[in-house]
Order: sequence, then structure tokens, then C-alpha cells
Amino acid sequence: MTHTSPPALEADNIHKRFGSLEVLKGISLTARDGEIISILGSSGSGKSTFLRCLNLLEAPHEGRIALGGEAFKLKRQKDGSLVAADSRQITRLRASMGFVFQSFNLWPHMTILENVIEAPVLVRKTPRKAAVAEAEALLEKVGIADKRNAYPGHLSGGQQQRAAIARTLAMQPRVLLFDEPTSALDPEMVAEVLNVINSLAEEGRTMLLVTHEMRFARNVSTRVLFLHDGRIEEEGTPDKVFDDPASPRCRQFMASHR
Amino acid sequence: MNLHGFGPQLLLGTLMTVRLALSAVSVGLVLGLLGATAKSSRHATLRLMGEGYTTIVRGIPELLMVLIVYFGSSTMIGAVLRQFGIDTYVELGPFLSGTVALGLTFGAYATEVFRGALLTVPRGQIEAAQSLGLGRWHCFHRIVLPQLWRIALPGLGNLFMVLLKDTALISVVGLDEIMRKAQIAVGDTREPFTFYGCAALIYLGLTVVTSGGLMALEHRANRGYRRARS
Repeated sequence: MTHTSPPALEADNIHKRFGSLEVLKGISLTARDGEIISILGSSGSGKSTFLRCLNLLEAPHEGRIALGGEAFKLKRQKDGSLVAADSRQITRLRASMGFVFQSFNLWPHMTILENVIEAPVLVRKTPRKAAVAEAEALLEKVGIADKRNAYPGHLSGGQQQRAAIARTLAMQPRVLLFDEPTSALDPEMVAEVLNVINSLAEEGRTMLLVTHEMRFARNVSTRVLFLHDGRIEEEGTPDKVFDDPASPRCRQFMASHR
Repeated sequence: MNLHGFGPQLLLGTLMTVRLALSAVSVGLVLGLLGATAKSSRHATLRLMGEGYTTIVRGIPELLMVLIVYFGSSTMIGAVLRQFGIDTYVELGPFLSGTVALGLTFGAYATEVFRGALLTVPRGQIEAAQSLGLGRWHCFHRIVLPQLWRIALPGLGNLFMVLLKDTALISVVGLDEIMRKAQIAVGDTREPFTFYGCAALIYLGLTVVTSGGLMALEHRANRGYRRARS
């Protein structure tokens, strides 16, 4: 099969340091439409930092990023890191890349519904009525329609994360980035969030998923990356990476996470 | 209590005090937000300006500030106008001078209140706004500011109480507020206790009303936080 359209998301040779510590040593990734790529690795391997570099929440020191073939315009700061050169462009591109955080980051002074319609109304200029209708459908989909008028502080962690996913979906992003979406949850709430992510996967959405949920990653992914020490140590289909990795480190990691 | 017909005058004085307090607090809130933004800025020049503002204003007694603004402003405006070849005497007047002096003072203290509040808004919430494509203004205005209020309100309320009573200082430049009206009445009737006591009761009444207003504002700002976890 040949692809004529540009890939949904491309990252090329991403480098990032914190002070003298180099946490990303050149990571490249291409996500085609509909691909679900899980990024695994022990803590400190750079997987979250890599994800955050993709929408410039973190300023990389080297590299190139493109969304749907449109390259991010970057400029170099005094400290050598790269930041957005065109604030309009980055705002527009970020709106097309949904980001789901480990700590949900809902806005506590707004109800769940207000959280979900905020960006569509302000950024997409969706009429309020249409935004509310869309938001209600999304809240229904993630199973918390009854919480529309509740404030985030009154919801359980699992409910908050599902609300955060609905908020992200409301912008109709082209790519979804999940940064350890279940790591801050009590064990009994992990499943409800994974179910939502799984239903998104079944819709054929393009997703990047940083996670420690190994079984889930194996089931849902079309491709798996294993990061170690700021580099891609192993890459391939879930079966290959989980059952037959070439790298001894990856083998060791898989063995200890069974 | 016999007010010897000075009752309506005291009432007018009260209205003037309230007007002055409200206009000074409006100026002060804007200055406070600007000051806090400047002091939290990445740019060293802005930080220095914010630092200079709070250091100078907080280092000068309020009474002196009132006199400096009242007498200094006419000198300064005169000097500026002379640059354009206009030789005339312009003064701010007691009300505007009071607004500027008290506004500057409120702003300097409010800068620190806002700066402290800015630090409490979690970075992640701003990142969430950025990741959804909200621009810097939306992010500040819709996400940061409403939460800033919640944290800053008690501190700002305190400052407003102080401001309310500092309005009495503007009587020295002849603004017809409570204090001056009381002084005039005392001079006329030779009954200092009656009128200063009366003024004290009015100030007390105003602070009680303010407390009530602040409680209502705090209640509103705390929506969503009641019964909240952590």
C-alpha cells in the first residue's frame, strides 16, 4: 500500500537536555493516519519528555516536527532550545493535537461542561449552543453525562480523566497524545479510562500513548517503541517487541513487567 | 445625638469617601496586576521596574505620598506643558490626587498579593490551556485570573480596608470627605467628641459593609472548591 498523503505526525531527530543532562538523544517517529503507537520504557527513559516536545510544551534543542505535513516554525532561544517562532501557527497546530495529561489538569473553577466547551468556543469560534451539544455528546460517550454541571473537584480521578479526554476530543484533534493517562489513578479506576481510550482506538484515531499499562499497550497498539536512555532501543509490532525483542534491555524490561 | 444640622454634610462626606475608595481601588487593582505580571516576567527589565515600583511606594508614608502627588503633579504637569510652550497652571485636584496616591499605594501592596496568588495556579493547567490552542491572553484571562481572585481575595480585602481608612488622609489637601466634614463641624460647634465619634461610626459602618461584600465575593469565587478533595 502506498501513502500519498503526508503522515499525521512526524518527528525527526528530537534532542532535549535539561542543563547538562541529555534526556533525548535523537528520537524520530512517523505516525500515519490511524496508527496507534505506544511508547514504553522505564521512568527516566525520556518518553514523557518526548511526547511533550511534540507540541512544544517542552522546548527541544534539536529536531523537526510536522503535523499533517506542515512543519512547525521554530526559532532558537539564547539557551539553545527551540521554541515556536510563529505564535499563531503553534496555537493552531496545538489545537489539532490533543494532549491528555497524567494529572488531568482540568480547570477547577469551571464545571465539566464549561471545561469542555472552553476551547471550541474561544479558539474554534464554535457557537456556544453547538459547542454545548457537541460537549454533551462527548460526555455521554465517555460515560459522565450526568456530571456536566459538577466541578472537577467533586469527581473521582477516573471521572476527571474521562472529562479531560472529552475536553481534548472537543477540539476534533487530528492526533491524540496520551501522557501516562492512568498513572495518577487508583487501581480500580484504571479500567474505565482504558475503556475510553480503547473505544477511541476502535474509531481509527491516530494516537501516541505513553503508558505503563503493558497488557493494554500490547492489545491496542499497531506499533510499539521502547525507549531507553533517550534513544529508541526497540521498535516494531507489539508481538515482536513484547515476545521477541532484539535488544537485551528491552527483553529485560518486558520480563520484569509481565 | 445632636448634629447641629451637619448630618447631610456628613452624608455627602461619606459618599465622597466611598467614591474615592472605589476609584482608587480600581486604579490599584490594575497596577497590582501589572506589577505582579512585571515581577513574574522573564524579562529582567520588567522585573526591575516592578521591583522599583513596590520598593519606592512601600517605602514612603501614605500621608507623604498624598502630599507629593498633590503638589508634585502640578509642578510636573506644568513642566511638561512648558515643553510645548504652554505656560499655565494645572493641578490634579484633591480627588484625582487622592485616587492616584491611594491607587499607587494599593497597587504596590496588591502586587505582592497577586504575585503570591500567581504562584499557586498549577503549571499543568496553563499547559492544558496551551495544548488546546488557547492564546496567551485567553489563558491569562480565562484560566489564571479567575483562580487568582480566589487566592488573592482575602489579602485584597485586607488592603481595601486599609485603603478605605487611608482616604481620611486626603482631607489634608481639602477633599470634602468624612474626615474633613467632621473637622469643619468640630470647628463650628466645638464638639469634637460628637463629630469625631460620628466619623468613627461611619468608617466602622463602611468596613462592616465591605466585610459583607467580601464574604459574598469569596463565596462566589469558591464555587467548585467546596467539599473539594485535597
